[in-house]
Amino acid sequence: MQCPKCHAPMHTYNRNGVQIEQCSGCRGIFLDYGELESLTRLEAQWSQPAPPAPPAAPQAYPAAQAPAWGAPHGGHGHYGHHRQKSFGRMLFSS
Amino acid sequence: MLFRPRLAPGGKHGGTLLLRTLTHVTTDAPALLPALEARARATAHARTPACPCGAATLADRPDATVVRHAGTVAKAHAADADPAELALRVTAAARLPGVLLPPLAPAPVVLHGRPVTYWPYGAPVDPDDPDAAPWEAAATLLARLHRTAAPLAVPPMRGPAKAALAVARLRDTAPGHPATAPVRAAWAALPAWARGAAAMPDTTTLCHGDLHLGQLVRHPAPDGPWLLIDIDDLGTGVPAWDLARPAAWYACGLLPPEEWHRFLTAYRARGGPAVPADGDPWPALDVPARALTAQTAARAVTKAVLADRPLDEVECALVDACARMAPARSDASYG
Repeated sequence: MQCPKCHAPMHTYNRNGVQIEQCSGCRGIFLDYGELESLTRLEAQWSQPAPPAPPAAPQAYPAAQAPAWGAPHGGHGHYGHHRQKSFGRMLFSS
Repeated sequence: MLFRPRLAPGGKHGGTLLLRTLTHVTTDAPALLPALEARARATAHARTPACPCGAATLADRPDATVVRHAGTVAKAHAADADPAELALRVTAAARLPGVLLPPLAPAPVVLHGRPVTYWPYGAPVDPDDPDAAPWEAAATLLARLHRTAAPLAVPPMRGPAKAALAVARLRDTAPGHPATAPVRAAWAALPAWARGAAAMPDTTTLCHGDLHLGQLVRHPAPDGPWLLIDIDDLGTGVPAWDLARPAAWYACGLLPPEEWHRFLTAYRARGGPAVPADGDPWPALDVPARALTAQTAARAVTKAVLADRPLDEVECALVDACARMAPARSDASYG
């Protein structure tokens, strides 16, 4: 499935037997109906540490709005010293 | 990609003009260029009897041959341009003052098999001065265009169809190039309307269809108000398409975030309908920006292959962005 926020693909992880989807772009997490309750219940039942979390810790959606397929680091890519080149050529082309 | 002359070093006023990004110096009919120059001269002299005769070729490509004679510009459109559709677009330009440069004549004429239109000369954006780029003016003109009811029944905006041509040309020109597969995969993952394969979901909003910084001129030159030029792709469609080239440049790391935000903020401040008034604009921009990234990458790879040269870093940034779109294609079918 695609992330409803940024449209990057979401990957499925199994956490304590509960399937959760995490976005590969913004790291947001999607829970189906009842899954949050299942996780909470499981957390309460077992005091031992949970299995490893998904690759990156869940975090808030990034403040800088950019698509998941954009250049790394929020679009901070080629403008710098290449600005003149991309401006003079790319930004004037059909 | 019109009206983009630059004075040659040491050139005198009204002297030789060079076209900065002339890519295909071809004219399908060898007789067209002198004939077009003669028409531009005659039209200019009819407007200004005391003409200083500053003349220049602004573009000479299969899809557009453009010559300037003093304050008059004559454009020969593509030979396969639909004459009726072109006439509707020229008429629309005449009826949208303050947004589009008004034509000098209300209807195209035919010259050597090419439809020809006449326009007043306007001063273009300086491609050597990024700090002077008129982002707010571009956004304001687009918001105004998108909020204007079509003054007559214009055909659909041609953006998706033009992008489809660019990707088809890539497929035919560079089937074995390593960049071709990611560009075509990014293209194939787009919804049918964005590939020109189905009607667009918006059939009423007036769009420019080919916005970039070469599509703005000041008229009267040199310091009149900015206006949009080039009506070849004008029509009804999804207005986010007109924002999608700057959006794609920003996403690919080619346009600084500040400049993208100036453009976006100005568009929103003028009530532009292509994106929500606040919040995340990307749900509206994503598909058109992906399409424009794939189109721009396709053109860049095609040009590099025809010139037998490697991709430069700007072109690689476009192809890399296409490659990053690939995982998002899981729900799409490949054709």
